[in-house]
Amino acid sequence: MKLTLKIWRQQNNQAKGHFETFEVSDVSKDMSFLEMFDVLNERLINEGKEPIAFDHDCREGICGACSMYINGRAHGPWHETTTCQLHMRAYNDGDTIVVEPWRASAFPVIKDLTVDRSAFDRIIQAGGYISVNTGNAVDANAIPIDKTDADHAFAAAACIGCGACVAACKNSSAMLFTSAKVSQLALLPQGDPERKQRAMDMVAQMDKEGFGSCTNTGACEAECPKGISLANIARLNREFIAAGFSSEA
Amino acid sequence: MLNAKIPAGPLETKWSKYKSTVKLVNPANKRKLEVIVIGTGLAGASAAASLAELGYKVKAFCFQDSARRAHSIAAQGGINAAKNYQNDGDSVFRLFYDTVKGGDYRAREGNVYRLAEVSAAIIDQCVAQGVPFAREYGGLLSNRSFGGTQVQRTFYAAGQTGQQLLLGAYSALQRQVALGNVKMYSRHEMLDVVKVDGKARGIIARDLVTGKLERHFGHSVLICSGGYGNVFFLSTNAMGSNVTAAWKAHKAGAFFGNPCFTQIHPTCIPVSGDHQSKLTLMSESLRNDGRIWVPKKQNDNRKPTDIPEEERDYYLERRYPAFGNLVPRDVASRAAKERCDAGYGVGASRMAVYLDYADAIVRYGTIEASKRGEDNAPKEEIIAMGKGVVAEKYGNLFDMYAKITGENPYETPMRIYPAVHYTMGGLWVDYELMTTVPGLYALGEANFSDHGANRLGASALMQGLADGYFVIPYTIGNYLADEIHTKPIPLDHPAFVESEKKVQGQLDTLMNIRGKHSVDHFHKALGKIMWDKCGMARNEQGLKEAINEIRALKEEFWKDVRIPGGQHEFNPELEKAGRVADFLELGELMCMDALMRRESCGGHFREESQTEEGEAKRNDENFSFVAAWEYKGPGNFDLHKEELNFEIVHPTQRSYK
Ligand SMILES: Cc1cc2nc3c(=O)[nH]c(=O)nc-3n(C[C@H](O)[C@H](O)[C@H](O)COP(=O)(O)OP(=O)(O)OC[C@H]3O[C@@H](n4cnc5c(N)ncnc54)[C@H](O)[C@@H]3O)c2cc1C
Ligand code: SF4
Ligand code: FES
Repeated sequence: MKLTLKIWRQQNNQAKGHFETFEVSDVSKDMSFLEMFDVLNERLINEGKEPIAFDHDCREGICGACSMYINGRAHGPWHETTTCQLHMRAYNDGDTIVVEPWRASAFPVIKDLTVDRSAFDRIIQAGGYISVNTGNAVDANAIPIDKTDADHAFAAAACIGCGACVAACKNSSAMLFTSAKVSQLALLPQGDPERKQRAMDMVAQMDKEGFGSCTNTGACEAECPKGISLANIARLNREFIAAGFSSEA
Repeated sequence: MLNAKIPAGPLETKWSKYKSTVKLVNPANKRKLEVIVIGTGLAGASAAASLAELGYKVKAFCFQDSARRAHSIAAQGGINAAKNYQNDGDSVFRLFYDTVKGGDYRAREGNVYRLAEVSAAIIDQCVAQGVPFAREYGGLLSNRSFGGTQVQRTFYAAGQTGQQLLLGAYSALQRQVALGNVKMYSRHEMLDVVKVDGKARGIIARDLVTGKLERHFGHSVLICSGGYGNVFFLSTNAMGSNVTAAWKAHKAGAFFGNPCFTQIHPTCIPVSGDHQSKLTLMSESLRNDGRIWVPKKQNDNRKPTDIPEEERDYYLERRYPAFGNLVPRDVASRAAKERCDAGYGVGASRMAVYLDYADAIVRYGTIEASKRGEDNAPKEEIIAMGKGVVAEKYGNLFDMYAKITGENPYETPMRIYPAVHYTMGGLWVDYELMTTVPGLYALGEANFSDHGANRLGASALMQGLADGYFVIPYTIGNYLADEIHTKPIPLDHPAFVESEKKVQGQLDTLMNIRGKHSVDHFHKALGKIMWDKCGMARNEQGLKEAINEIRALKEEFWKDVRIPGGQHEFNPELEKAGRVADFLELGELMCMDALMRRESCGGHFREESQTEEGEAKRNDENFSFVAAWEYKGPGNFDLHKEELNFEIVHPTQRSYK
């Protein structure tokens, strides 16, 4: 296959970015999207040019590092698929593909397609945990957990922290990410004692980081590679309201 | 002979006795003691969080943009623990025994027993943190089986166990960051260990965004930097996994244990072309239910579903009736290679075997139908129900397979082939997890400790978390108790200056080569040598050739590598170059170690040493030791030995028949 790639280039956070166009040939359908970038980067290095910087690590759709905005969609066209798991079977000879970084003021560009997502870590620091020191635990089977609750908690916990939800949202809201963690912990008995404080603190941190507000467009859910459901946002809203009431009382 | 400092006394009381007699550090003093943790995988994150909870001042480093993305996140299948929740005869002793046997009698009894002993507490801790393990309808935890065992002791969270465990440890770590007890340095790479008066006292790290070198002091340093499977270029490891931190520690005086012990995992998606950048694991848990086979006829071109039952060779079930598809990894991998080399392989490259779920789908479908009281359901409905059950257990793995290969594994058997997966070798550590450099520790996959010559599935996660949550918090106190009077060493101390100069020198040299070939070019060439000559089968001649080829490649690298961009900016190519430079040195040592060990054991298969049936043949008389290599200068290593004494388990020819 021959393809035309229009890729965002930006030397660093201060520099102005622009699109650069590359023609690539010999793209095999078996390649992953990132392997196509590897081949292109190898060529750029051989030509004495700078390769395109992008985040990636596991290439198995689980670490959440890869983060390309492809033809107007976070992680590209395949449903529930990260950039690294997208394969070139998705494209046809002659296609043009536009690739940009996540765009959000809370995710400043570091270089080319690489952005700084440390805001997500700070949201977790605000309360995305259960306060239990090592050695304090009771037997793992001491508290049975309803299988449905456990399954829902697991589904929420599947979030890989990639930030596609933010990139997909016109308000750059981080509600899907934040709500996934709040939900996971709210659904488990172990998370119960801190649930009110957690919801308030994590939402406060989210606002402080400069993420936008949620207007329920659902774009995040549609683009989330792990199928994190909007129901989590509804649950976060309930948690938040409940917390607000009880703290006023 | 090296002394591992294993406490005296009966196996069952060594650890409890150690814990109750070890030196302690009082809380006020802990606040004055600083610990550097390199790595935030299961080992690093659990250690950093637990030490911070105890009151130590911790600095944690990782090269990814977030601690949550450490390679542990990718672990799929599960974590072992001797809980015996299934009432199927499991016990601490059995887990200990299986691990020593699984490792082909090349691990320390004392360490392995401790690992089995603390395993249960790991599951308790994780559940308390909110790790959503799979549960049964009654609300209790579910278990599955893994290779090399006959009990069900593996806890799991679908095919995402590593993710859930790591997020548990990561959240504990973030809590300590928020409390100010841990300072987190992501997008930082450690490039040297700083020693003062023979003790580890800090590190040099590079800020990967600005390219600036930094000096950090610590009363002790923990290397939790993971495994080095990427020395083979293609492996199931994440792209960034590397040996640099461990290798710099090695060059600073830490001995390297059993470097040639590599695990080749039997079930991975085969290579599809030259563009291949990594290999994808299909979790061992799939061997619980899947059956492995090849056609009985050589070069059979029929579609797998067209090959009738009687023309299929379920070679693992045939050769190993007692364990069948659940033989340990080294055995399963070699058996797959044997079939493919003999001309029975499948797929376009003929370097693959089938992993088939058709039987499992029918079996689960039938159970499901009977649960629903639909015993006479038509075949299609049974199959549909069976697919549902399989999807619940393994759905994410099946999806991954479909995305990568474009084939539907619910309809047609998966094609799989062995791939490099894990390194049992690593920094040599004593019972306290301390390397041969005082104050320098190694945890998780970065150390060589508990898996001998072959790791059993679901035991790496267990070991990483055992080291971090339950071992280091005790053992580090034994060292730091004597350091309470050591004031932080100023960063302009000559040892820091010297070390930084050395690191800077290497960066300058790399940038100034301006050669013709990319870093990947050299990495791929190294990988090919390692895979061909130090991979699944090794022999004297091949290893000798490999050593010469690697030396030549190393020379070429330092003359001809091309690194674009600058040093004082975000430059992934420069990061890779430093890592490949270290892999080139490590590769040579791995071949030397493999050459020295003229026996087969576990994953280390010397063709010269096999039984008539082609199984690995150990030589206990001459090789019942840990090989610990000391760095003596470029390409120059001295061998030290730690003798292995088996008091409880008596080494025999491992049999899974
Ligand atoms: C695909 C796959 C599936 C697996 N599945 C299982 C399973 O089901 N069960 C099981 O028991 N095991 C499994 N394993 C093995 C297991 O995942 C690993 O052995 C284990 O997670 C290693 O953990 P770790 O903490 O030692 O290192 P890692 O998780 O690899 O973490 C290394 C850390 O060190 C940091 N680091 C490295 N070098 C530097 C440096 N120079 N400077 C700063 N930081 C550095 C990294 O940033 C990272 O944070 C699997 C492995 C793979 C590849
Ligand atoms: S909610 Fe989905 S899109 Fe958002 S960070 Fe998590 S996995 Fe990524
Ligand atoms: S590289 Fe890890 S999710 Fe894509």
